[in-house]
Amino acid sequence: MSRAIVLYLHVHQPYRVRHYTIFDSGNRHDYFNAAYEDDTSNERILKKVAEKSYIPTNRHLLELLEENPGFKLSLSITGTVIEQLERWSPEALQSFKDLVATGRVEILAETYHHTLAFFYSRSEFEMQVEMHRNKIQEIFGQTPRVFRNTELAYNNDLAYWADHAGYKGILAEGWDPVLDWRSPNYVYQPAYTDNIRLLMKNYKLSDDIAFRFGDSKWAEYPLTADKFSHWLSEDPDGTNFNLFMDYETFGEHQWHESGIFGFLEHLPKEWLKTDDHSFMTVSEVIDANESVGQVDMPQTVTWADTERDLSAWLGNSMQSTAIGSLYGLQQQILDTDDLALIDDWRRLQTSDHFYYMCTKWFNDGDIHAYFSPYATPYEGYMNFMNAYRDLQFRLAEKGVMV
Amino acid sequence: MLGWELPPYNSGGLGIACYQLCKALTKRDIDIEFVLPYSAEHGIDFMTVSAVSPQGVADTIRSGIAYDSFKYTLEDGSEQWLNIHDQQALYEHAVAELVEQKEFDIVHAHDWLTFRAALRVKQIKNCPLIVHVHSVESDRAGNSSGNPLVQEIEALGLLMADKIVAVSEHTKQSIIDDYGIPASKIEVVYNSIDAKDIEPLDSQNVYKYLSLMKSLGYRVVVNVGRLTIQKGLPNLLQAARLVIDKAPKTLFLIVGSGEQYYELITQAADLGIGDKVLFTDFQRGKNWRDAYSIGDLFVMPSVSEPFGLTPLEAIGYGTPALVSRQSGVSEVLRNCLKVDFWDIDEMANQIAAVVQSDVLRDELWKHAYKEYVQLTWDRAGEKIQQMYEHHLAKEGA
Repeated sequence: MSRAIVLYLHVHQPYRVRHYTIFDSGNRHDYFNAAYEDDTSNERILKKVAEKSYIPTNRHLLELLEENPGFKLSLSITGTVIEQLERWSPEALQSFKDLVATGRVEILAETYHHTLAFFYSRSEFEMQVEMHRNKIQEIFGQTPRVFRNTELAYNNDLAYWADHAGYKGILAEGWDPVLDWRSPNYVYQPAYTDNIRLLMKNYKLSDDIAFRFGDSKWAEYPLTADKFSHWLSEDPDGTNFNLFMDYETFGEHQWHESGIFGFLEHLPKEWLKTDDHSFMTVSEVIDANESVGQVDMPQTVTWADTERDLSAWLGNSMQSTAIGSLYGLQQQILDTDDLALIDDWRRLQTSDHFYYMCTKWFNDGDIHAYFSPYATPYEGYMNFMNAYRDLQFRLAEKGVMV
Repeated sequence: MLGWELPPYNSGGLGIACYQLCKALTKRDIDIEFVLPYSAEHGIDFMTVSAVSPQGVADTIRSGIAYDSFKYTLEDGSEQWLNIHDQQALYEHAVAELVEQKEFDIVHAHDWLTFRAALRVKQIKNCPLIVHVHSVESDRAGNSSGNPLVQEIEALGLLMADKIVAVSEHTKQSIIDDYGIPASKIEVVYNSIDAKDIEPLDSQNVYKYLSLMKSLGYRVVVNVGRLTIQKGLPNLLQAARLVIDKAPKTLFLIVGSGEQYYELITQAADLGIGDKVLFTDFQRGKNWRDAYSIGDLFVMPSVSEPFGLTPLEAIGYGTPALVSRQSGVSEVLRNCLKVDFWDIDEMANQIAAVVQSDVLRDELWKHAYKEYVQLTWDRAGEKIQQMYEHHLAKEGA
């Protein structure tokens, strides 16, 4: 039986809000311009990630593509990270372009600002998807055909929308309560759709690489490309192994010292040793396989934490207040036609801001580190709300009632 | 144990910490005789409380002498003025007399006021001495060097002690910095609070004016503590001025007494916020509890706070806290706002954030309360018990 690895990496950086106080609201509108040495400096973080992760990883990926004609992968890359790369690391951006230029790297569609707009404003969501498509065409000369929503937040409504918008595929988490007895290693069709296909993340295999790879206490440590290929070969189920993860797995979440690049280098060689094994991009795997059945997901499922829902972004009242307030300004903001104001409003929609306000892990102190540039979720909320107040101030200056 | 005060005759946290620690230790079957410099009825049944001074000096305790290094006069029963050295000498001699007829294994002395007596006991009985540091002179003097006579006694006690207990890393560092004591001699045992021990609120808050103003959209910021240089209140008032500019419907409630009382009242008036800052003087019981509970935010802006129990009490009474980073409690409490005591702009920024967002107030409190109910004095009791056992084993060897 023919089997493919579908490797998909997600590239994103937000515009973090600096330490922005009530005394800044109404005085300065530079929410995203932290001093270089600050924890919230977007420039410093972007340069660090470019140096530790993007540039070395892309060098490895390009070599892999050159050495293994059968190696392919898919990428999603947000508008906010492209902008920051253009500004602070053209070298890293060029390395992404070089990958795409091989013709074996497919780019996915998503919202430009990595937002949860789908759940708050359909018109704003569609605008952001269009902005992203234009940016990808401009930078990479590709038109995305498969959609992934922010945080892989997916439900039937989203699939219905994507089907009608003409996408051939969409991604979701292969979450056990949804799949039940079924395997994520096939192509499915979302319920209530006509043409679109659904690819579901095999989170067990993906997390072996993304989370457990460097964990010396893990029973399977150390994970080698040989062992991993063997697992896939032995799996009785499936046509496609969907390995979806954050791009920063390589060099950032798993450090260079963990051997992650060695793993990456050997995986194509090991996997392609067998004749009917291949790598495919997301579009290719959809073209190559029939749907084996329908998947019904009325509830929103994400690829995050043990609940796989939106509670990490919207679970507490600070988060719901912040995001609700922000979308509450939509009409007034868009009506101004003030591009700088609209852009700041969109940058504040990036889902990371709400994630930083999440209290559940901060409190438990469990295996999930509190992954944030702020010391506490409260700090994240305070900075955000002061930026929100400044948006109100700018509207009021224009004579708009807020 | 040698102490200077126990509730209800405490001037602040020292008496409460001693009381709670002893209670936790007696639950671990440790037999304690607690020696005080004054006689009064404390209603304590879990240990023996002995008074060694002949004169009734409960007023001494009330006057705050346990903390205020600069106030060394006190009135004894015979209307004579005693300086602190006379007072300590009295205590020292009385303690020496008391221990002649007693058998015990360890002497545990709380704060510099008892150190001279403790050293005398060690000399007479040749037993291990543990000194427990609830504050050092530089804390009480608001980060200036403080009183050299007090420092001399503090230094002597710290040098002669077999082991030093500090109530926080912050205090441990002060002991190292101020007195050059090696870190290995100092163990941090955090103060704590037992949720089940705090008096419950009743349905009617005593601060009717504040309740009314809250119903009209005002928000209340509370501080409870002594009005002394250590507590950093002038900075809070300066921050209050900035907050009120941004959020005019903010009131500040300052509960406590101390040598800065009139100075602070004057400062508030000078800043033009006299109408927004309410001073209540020292309060106990319901008035004290209700002050915590009427707040939307409790602020402890201390310049140097060895531990700082008040934010935990505030959380127990339903109010989240903003604490200075120069405090021991900031080392143990995660879900609170933190600020450097000198950073008035940031203090104002954070206060403004809370008074403008009930959501932030409620989330902060909800998570802080989860931490609060986990707190217990038993952990402190366990650590002290281990210390006792270690020293007794060494003695026996």
